[in-house]
Amino acid sequence: MQAFTTHTGVVAALDRANVDTDQIIPKQFLKRIERTGFGQFLFFDWRFLPEGGPNPDFELNKPAAAGASVLLARRNFGCGSSREHAPWALADSGFRAVVAPTFADIFFNNCFQNGMVPIRLAESDVEELFRRATAAAAAGGQYRLTVDLQACTVADDAGFSRSFTVDPFRRQCLLEGLDDIGLSLRHTAAISAWEAAHGLPALKG
Amino acid sequence: MPSPPRTLLDKIWDDHVVCSPAGELPLLYIDRHLVHEVTSPQAFEGLRLAGRRVRRPEATFATPDHNVPTSDRRLPIADPVSKQQIDTLRANCREFGVRLFDLGDADQGIVHVIGPELGITQPGMTIVCGDSHTATHGALGALAFGIGTSEVEHVLATQTLRQGKPKSLEVRVDGRLPAGVTAKDVVLYLIGRLSTEGGVGHVIEYTGACIRGLGMEQRMTVCNMSIEAGARAGMIAPDAVTFDYLRGRDFAPKDFDAAVARWEKLPSDPGAVYDRVEIFKAADVVPQVTWGTNPAQVTGVTATVPDPGGFADPNDRSSAERALEYMGLAGGTRIVDIPLDRVFIGSCTNSRIEDLRAAASVVRGYRVASSVRAMVVPGSGRVKRQAEAEGLDRVFREAGFDWREAGCSMCLGMNPDTLAPKERCASTSNRNFEGRQGKGGRTHLVSPAMAAAAAVTGHFVDVRDWNYK
Repeated sequence: MQAFTTHTGVVAALDRANVDTDQIIPKQFLKRIERTGFGQFLFFDWRFLPEGGPNPDFELNKPAAAGASVLLARRNFGCGSSREHAPWALADSGFRAVVAPTFADIFFNNCFQNGMVPIRLAESDVEELFRRATAAAAAGGQYRLTVDLQACTVADDAGFSRSFTVDPFRRQCLLEGLDDIGLSLRHTAAISAWEAAHGLPALKG
Repeated sequence: MPSPPRTLLDKIWDDHVVCSPAGELPLLYIDRHLVHEVTSPQAFEGLRLAGRRVRRPEATFATPDHNVPTSDRRLPIADPVSKQQIDTLRANCREFGVRLFDLGDADQGIVHVIGPELGITQPGMTIVCGDSHTATHGALGALAFGIGTSEVEHVLATQTLRQGKPKSLEVRVDGRLPAGVTAKDVVLYLIGRLSTEGGVGHVIEYTGACIRGLGMEQRMTVCNMSIEAGARAGMIAPDAVTFDYLRGRDFAPKDFDAAVARWEKLPSDPGAVYDRVEIFKAADVVPQVTWGTNPAQVTGVTATVPDPGGFADPNDRSSAERALEYMGLAGGTRIVDIPLDRVFIGSCTNSRIEDLRAAASVVRGYRVASSVRAMVVPGSGRVKRQAEAEGLDRVFREAGFDWREAGCSMCLGMNPDTLAPKERCASTSNRNFEGRQGKGGRTHLVSPAMAAAAAVTGHFVDVRDWNYK
């Protein structure tokens, strides 16, 4: 997994609550058996017009969001289906962090498996970030945020800085880009002991 | 000193923690792992690349359901990409020794229908699946939740998951369910009150006389939609209803009475403390219809579509405005005046035999309205055969419904069963998200009885007033 220590990038501001994973990646793209290449389908039904071509009204198609790698969103981001194709599509499109007041649980967990940091900030702080991103866009520019996972802070270069909390184990795995399964397999003896204590037959080989 | 009273969640959790190493999240043992074709190929591929095997193939069960045609199963699958996904599941199960209920197998079906039906799901177990509606299995007193594909791989390799303990939320529904109101109406009502994120970080335990009074399959409907309130899982303490349901099922414990003796210790102890408690009255629930693009945007059939201006919260207001635009509805429209093009009876929420019986009893002696195309998709091969043995398929067919093969079908429209843009559907499924049933499609979530009545009349009606023939 790609490690995450600190990242500075352009913010794409998606001003909608309850963005579900069906929107992040519609079901017609879940038939592939690969783990890569989902970025082209990110927000497909919003990003493209029914007759084809990009939808100029969609937030992520605006010049202010060009090259964005930090997604700013509203409440309950990533709700609905458990499909990991959603974080795969975001990561494949270059996103390294999502900032929102709240996240759906499964999406939140899925982010950590894909080198992406989901950052929960107070609703008022998210509101302030939307204000700053909107102001930058109105001035014809882009808004940038720096996420420092070492210090657990998110900051811009104009005085905004907040700390966020993240599970220490998840943080360590991200900082070091660790293989989750490899870590768990170090506890195989404990797993076998649990199985024996619960009357499960021992495994062969 | 006596141990402090524990909740159902506490008991299952405590029993399944393998270890809690310092500085790491606990490892939770997983008793049953259910696998389907859409969220597993990358997990098996991960195992292959790392040279790992499935730790307990005998605890792992697979079936194709999301991406399967529901038309004639003797015909080849038309979409080559879908075919490849189903072939891949087949090959992976063969390679890793996983039991597969394949297309054409008598017991194939929606993973959350066949788990309980075969007795794979049992009280006190931890159960996971790469699908958010895994909470369904909590109806039998299991801790069951959806996971992502990386976690699917983790469970395949280790039979455990890294998990912090979720908080507990008691949702108590007092009183008896009014006549003509179903489990689907209860859970839609609850989601409307709890909001789409009210349960985030929590496992819901449903309690109270109303829940106790529900049959096993109705309990599954309630637990199934816990995720729509944001909850990690939903569960109901096992009781005689649970044990009677499980007795004699294929994978039920051989020494059933000994198992019941263990299961009887699972319900929350008197005085057990939940992190949060929400209390509702069954008498307040009327048949529900969603009007928006998330399941919490719901109201009673006797009401009107809300005016977005009436929402105090600006997020709720803008969500409602966006939803009504997408749904092609205006605030103030009476729910019963909403005309329909399609009706879908099926999905892991409402495709079991009791659901089909409820819908058939409404349809019996009537015809589907000429403006409506309606379909019934049984949840499993077993449900289909049982319905046919009872003659329910004839009731549906004679009324003008399509009678299909088992699968997820138009709940998510991965297969050819989809809505066209702007088509309006009364659906017994669980999500009314934009585009969920087909790009531009408009979904209204309802109970099987409400969907059946809407198919006949071409618009929503209050099924409590239905003239049963």
